[in-house]
Amino acid sequence: MSKQSFQLSAADFAPAPPATHAERIVRPSLSYWQDAWLRLKKNRRALSSLYLVIALLLFTLLGPWFWTQDYTLQDLDMISQGPSWGSAALVVEDPGAWEGVRGDALPLPQGQELGATTQLTVEGAATTQYVRLYWNAVPGAQHYLIYRNDHAPDSGQDLGLPLGETLRPEELSFADRLQLRPQTYWYTVIASDGLTEAASGTTLAVTTERAITTTQARERGLEATVGASVQLPAHPFGTDYLGRDVLARIMEGARVSLFIGIVAPLLFIAIGIVYGGICGYFGGTLDIVLMRIADFVIALPFLLFMILFRIGFGIGPGESGIFPMLLALVLLSWPSSARLVRGQILQIRGEAYVQAARMLGARSLYLIFRHLVPNVMGPILVTLTFAIPMAIFTEAFLSFIGMGVSPPTPSWGAMSNEGIRTMLSSPHELLFPAFFISLTVLAFNLLGDGLRDALDSRLRSRE
Amino acid sequence: MLLYILKRLGIGIFTIWFIATATFTVMHLVPGDPLANDKAVNPTIRANLERQYGLDRPVFEQYVLYMGNMLKGDFGISFTEENRAVNDIIREHFPVSASLGVLSLFFATIGGVLWGALAALYRNRWPDAAIMLVVILGISVPSFVFAAFSQLGILTLNQWTGRSILPVAGWDSFSSALVPALVLGMSTMAYMTRLMRSSMLEVANTDYIRTARAKGLSALRIFFRHQLRNAILPVITVLGPAIAIITTGGFVVESVFAIPGLGRYFVQAVAQLDYTVIMGTTVFFGAFLVLMVIAVDILYGFIDPRIRLGAL
Repeated sequence: MSKQSFQLSAADFAPAPPATHAERIVRPSLSYWQDAWLRLKKNRRALSSLYLVIALLLFTLLGPWFWTQDYTLQDLDMISQGPSWGSAALVVEDPGAWEGVRGDALPLPQGQELGATTQLTVEGAATTQYVRLYWNAVPGAQHYLIYRNDHAPDSGQDLGLPLGETLRPEELSFADRLQLRPQTYWYTVIASDGLTEAASGTTLAVTTERAITTTQARERGLEATVGASVQLPAHPFGTDYLGRDVLARIMEGARVSLFIGIVAPLLFIAIGIVYGGICGYFGGTLDIVLMRIADFVIALPFLLFMILFRIGFGIGPGESGIFPMLLALVLLSWPSSARLVRGQILQIRGEAYVQAARMLGARSLYLIFRHLVPNVMGPILVTLTFAIPMAIFTEAFLSFIGMGVSPPTPSWGAMSNEGIRTMLSSPHELLFPAFFISLTVLAFNLLGDGLRDALDSRLRSRE
Repeated sequence: MLLYILKRLGIGIFTIWFIATATFTVMHLVPGDPLANDKAVNPTIRANLERQYGLDRPVFEQYVLYMGNMLKGDFGISFTEENRAVNDIIREHFPVSASLGVLSLFFATIGGVLWGALAALYRNRWPDAAIMLVVILGISVPSFVFAAFSQLGILTLNQWTGRSILPVAGWDSFSSALVPALVLGMSTMAYMTRLMRSSMLEVANTDYIRTARAKGLSALRIFFRHQLRNAILPVITVLGPAIAIITTGGFVVESVFAIPGLGRYFVQAVAQLDYTVIMGTTVFFGAFLVLMVIAVDILYGFIDPRIRLGAL
């Protein structure tokens, strides 16, 4: 066995290169909130609801900049119109300008029956302002009855709405101004000798065109010459029962609903943090007494007391009633968040890091605001997200039964209340505010679910 | 157990006293008064009326009088309807609200347990997704919207078939209660479904289910005997709050469907500032809810022995 030469060089005694640290933290350390945000981003449902919430807020805050129609402007010519993207309208003369058509009363020849009206004609253009009809005199007629129907009459019994009758035999014309919409109408004029109506009449189909009168055009600052075509404001969501633009009212109502929905929970959760924090931190008799008070307030029937407070504060004429509702919501809702915060604080108070801080001489205030409150922010944020739809619901509910904001102020609940009356003829007045309430509540609920999953470490460990 | 019940009842009575006092206080902050409405133009008549209803006395005296009467079970006489005692009003209208509430609670509980169990059974498959979609709708859509559109639905159904299959509004037969009760129970059903689903999933992971499966029990037996029975427990806890939601939710449903219940009467009384009716109804509802919550808690104690031990 040959002895191998084993030589060591000086290089072998040089310090070894620093070893790769097995325990080095390669990825950047994440704070609690960064961690939660990462988890939230992975939850597609929560993330899309977050975008939805942002979109709703933008719609509310920026909407009125782009949609400048006045939400209080009433247009009695445009009552309960369905959604439309603006419409051209003809400017026509004022209705009073027409004197009508007169003719001679013709005697009824012997042995003849009262005949049908002939030559039923529309004077000028048929518009939504008026339809002017005239006809030839029928021998023996004392006056004429005018009917209007929205489909072609299939029998003499099916003439539709009796619009009126002329008073004298010489009057051979009639101007219909009754709630005309741009559509086709079937007018029937029947002669009458004062006792009996003629067996048959003449029916004329008339398609009306949207129009405004010169006076109305002048009032709106549009071109006021007869025959001109003007563009009427668009109503993408239609108009309500007073002819107000529903989109503008939805935006304004969103401000009311979201204001109450967001500010009230912020306020009562702030109260809850302070109250619950004090209870949880100090404990003892103070805690028992304060929590007993909170329990009493929780026991109050919530909606009944919301209504009682609404009357209790009293809403004078011209007041919107937003502030009383806010106050009532805060007064009745703080105990549940106080209870939550207290429970959380009690839990954290015993943790080692709090005891360590206390041993190092931290004062109460420092402990509460530096260690306790930041550590309960997660559950508080979740509660806040769920409190928002609850508050929006409450506002809508109260406004719906007429105990919320006062009428001129739009809120989604109040608009639904107005919309339900015209539900059969124009469902859009109920549909749009209802849709927005549901969408907002849905978005906040889903966001709350996502936040809870992202923030609640207890749930996470169970997975 | 008896001690626990007594303690709960004692706190409950104290709570009812608090509700009555709070109601009285809020009502006396009201700026207008019921006599300012229409009559009482003549000062003498006004003074007489005030004397009759005790409005001229000091507030504290009114409070003592009110509390004393209430202890005797007398809520006073309506301000706006002559010679009508609040007790009579409650006696006449509460049964309507109660039967509507019981029916909707029945729908909500049965529906919630059924849908929740189904959703858990088909977890992450399409029946689960469909049920959870309905649940989300039930939570997000306000009851008045459901009420309005279900009314529209009944109307179309009746027009379409040319017969009156279901009444659109009113309160005369059992069939007129069906749709309102469903609408009223909608949100509660949604919450219960959600709760039931997560509860079922939680139970599915427990040791005793695994043991049952290991013993070779049939899947049906495990599902009904072991999983469902244990999963129902948390659902019972929300019965108390559910009763509160259904009671107050009745306001809207009763108004939309023109049902002569106490909720609708309350809303009318509020509009007319009928002091005694408002106070009487609020205290009555408040006391009812407090007792219901206690009843549910005690019921829960009987059903789940663990709770009973914890509470004592």
